[in-house]
Amino acid sequence: MSVTPLFSARRPRAPAAPVAGKPAANDSSAKPPVRPGSRLGALADAWLPRLVLSPTIIASLVFVYGFIALTAYLSLTESRMMPNFEFAGFGQYERLFDLERWWVAAANLGIFGGLFILFCLAIGLSMAILLDQRIRHEGALRAIYLYPMALSFIVTGAAWKWILNPGLGLEKMMHDWGFTNFTFDWLVDPDMAIYTVVIAGVWQSSGFVMALFLAGLRGVDDSIIKAAMVDGASLPTIYRRIVIPSLRPVFFSVLLVLSHIAIKSFDLVMALTAGGPGTSSDVPAIFMYQFSFTRGQLGLGAASAMMMLATVLAVLVPLMYLETKGARHGR
Amino acid sequence: MAADLHLEGGRVTPGRIFIYTLLVLVALYYLAPLYVMLTTSVKTLDQIREGNLLDFPLSPTTAAWAKAWSTACTGVRCEGLAPYFWNSVQMVIPAVLISSLIGSLNGYVLAHWRFPGHNVVFTALMVGCFIPFQVVILPMARLLGMADLANTTTGLVLVHIIYGIAFTTLFFRNYYVTVPDELVNAARIDGAGFFTIYRRIIFPLSLPIFMVCFIWQFTQIWNDFLFGVVFGGADAQPVTVALNNLVNTSTGVTEYNVNMAAAIIAALPTLAIYLVAGKYFVRGLTAGAVKG
Repeated sequence: MSVTPLFSARRPRAPAAPVAGKPAANDSSAKPPVRPGSRLGALADAWLPRLVLSPTIIASLVFVYGFIALTAYLSLTESRMMPNFEFAGFGQYERLFDLERWWVAAANLGIFGGLFILFCLAIGLSMAILLDQRIRHEGALRAIYLYPMALSFIVTGAAWKWILNPGLGLEKMMHDWGFTNFTFDWLVDPDMAIYTVVIAGVWQSSGFVMALFLAGLRGVDDSIIKAAMVDGASLPTIYRRIVIPSLRPVFFSVLLVLSHIAIKSFDLVMALTAGGPGTSSDVPAIFMYQFSFTRGQLGLGAASAMMMLATVLAVLVPLMYLETKGARHGR
Repeated sequence: MAADLHLEGGRVTPGRIFIYTLLVLVALYYLAPLYVMLTTSVKTLDQIREGNLLDFPLSPTTAAWAKAWSTACTGVRCEGLAPYFWNSVQMVIPAVLISSLIGSLNGYVLAHWRFPGHNVVFTALMVGCFIPFQVVILPMARLLGMADLANTTTGLVLVHIIYGIAFTTLFFRNYYVTVPDELVNAARIDGAGFFTIYRRIIFPLSLPIFMVCFIWQFTQIWNDFLFGVVFGGADAQPVTVALNNLVNTSTGVTEYNVNMAAAIIAALPTLAIYLVAGKYFVRGLTAGAVKG
C-alpha cells in the first residue's frame, strides 16, 4: 500500500520516452485515433464518454451543488416546521449566534476535534515508528490496531458507553481491584462528558492513522537514511530530522481525514452520550439534526448546517492548498 | 525503511523488550473493548451486576443473543434487531453494486477518454467526498418525500448511490490511470469502440479495485447512521439506527448483555469482511480515507 495524494487531478505517471512513430501518449490534446472507415464510430467515441459521465455530472450538480444552494437559501428564510421560501435575510444566523446551546456545541467541537486529532496523531505516529522496527508478527499487531475502523461509530459508542458506565464498568472494576477511591464518572459529568467522546473516537481511529503513517514510513528513501547513519546520526535523530519531516504529505492526508471525521461526527456522540447530560456534549452535527428534525426549526437547522460547511471549508481548503503546493514543489 | 538500519534487529536488547511490551500493551487496549463486548454478551445480568468488566463469564448463555436478535425493544417495537438487519442487507447490496459499477465507468472515462475540461469535472465531482452531509439532508428529505421514497429502502439505496459515486469514481479513476494509454490507443486503432475496450481490456483488469471498492462501500453504507436515521423512517431503518435505539432506550432495566450482543450483531458483517479481506479493506482506507 502506498500513500498517494488523496485528492489529485494530476496523472501520476513515469515520464515515458516518446515512442517513434506513435503519438505521445500523455499528450491529452492528441486526437484519438479514428476507427478506420467508421465515421459513426468516431462520432460515438467522441460522445459516448461524455454521455456515460453525464448522469454523474448532473447528479453532482443537483444533489451536491444544487442542494448546498438550497440549504443556503433555506437558511435565509423563516422556515420552521415546513420550508418557507420567502427571503428573510440573516435572521436565522442571528438567532443561531444568540443561542447558548450553539456555542456549547461549537466549543465541544473545538475540544473534541483538537484532542481527537492530537491524540490520534501522537498515538498513530508513535505506533507506526515502533512497528517499523522489524517487529515480529507485525501483520497481526497491525490487524489488531486497525480492526476498530471496521466498526460503525454506533457500535463503538455502545461498547464504550458500557465500559465507561459509572458504577458498573471501569469504576467498579477498579473498586473490585481494591482502588476503592477510584471514580470515573465522566460519562454523566456535564463538564467531562465530551472527553469520553474523545476516548472512544481515538480508540476507533488511531489505528488507521498508524496505518497511513506506516505506509508513509515504508516509502521513505533508504539511501538518505544510510547516508545519515554513516555520518553517525543516532536512530532518534534520524527519525526527528529526516524521516518525520519527509512524512509531510502523510501529515496533510491524516489531518484532512481526521478533521473531516471530527467536524461531521454525529453517530459516535449520539450512541455514547446523545449530547448529554443535558446538552453538555452537544456538537454541531447533533444540533443540526435536532433542530431540523425533532424541533421543527428548519431554517435554524439549515443555518447550522451552513456553519458546518464553512468550518469544513475553513479547515480543508488551506490544507489542500498546502498539500498541492507542496506536491508541485516536489515536497 | 531500511532493514540494516536496525543493527540490533533480532538480538534481545532492553530497547527491543521495551518496544515489544509497549506494542503488546497497546494491542491489549485495542482488543479490550471487543473482549468486554463478547464476554458481556454471554453473561447473565446477575453476573454483570456482581462481577466486573473483565471477569470471564461463569455460566455462558446465548440468551442475550437470542433476545437481541428477535425480541429486544428498539424504541416502541420489540422485534429485536432481525428486521433491521435485513433492512440493512437489502439496502447495502444494490447500493454497493450500482455505485461501484457507475464509479468504474466514470473512472474509465476520466482516465482514458479525456475531453476538454475533464480535470474541472473530476475536481467538481470530488467535492462530493468532502461535504458534511448535513448540508444536503434537508433538500434531500424534501425530495424523497415528494418522490414518495421517504422511509423506504429504495430511497436509502438511492441516497447512498448518489453520495457514494464521488468515492467510487475516485477509486477507479486512480486505478485506471495506471493502465497504459498505449494499451487503450492500440485497441482504438484496431477499431475497438468505447464499450468494447471497457469490456475487453479495462473490466478484466479491474478485479482488485472492484474488491477495494466493494469493501469500502459496504463498510461505509452498512455503518452509516445519519442517512439511516433521517431517511429510514420506521420501516426501512438500518441496523445501526435500531442498535442506537436499543442502547438508548431508557425504560426498564438496562440489559447490558443484550446491548452488547446487539452491538456485535450490528458489527458482524463488516468485522467478517475485515477478517476475510483485510488487505483490500486497508487499501480502501488508505486510498479513499477522506470519507471516513
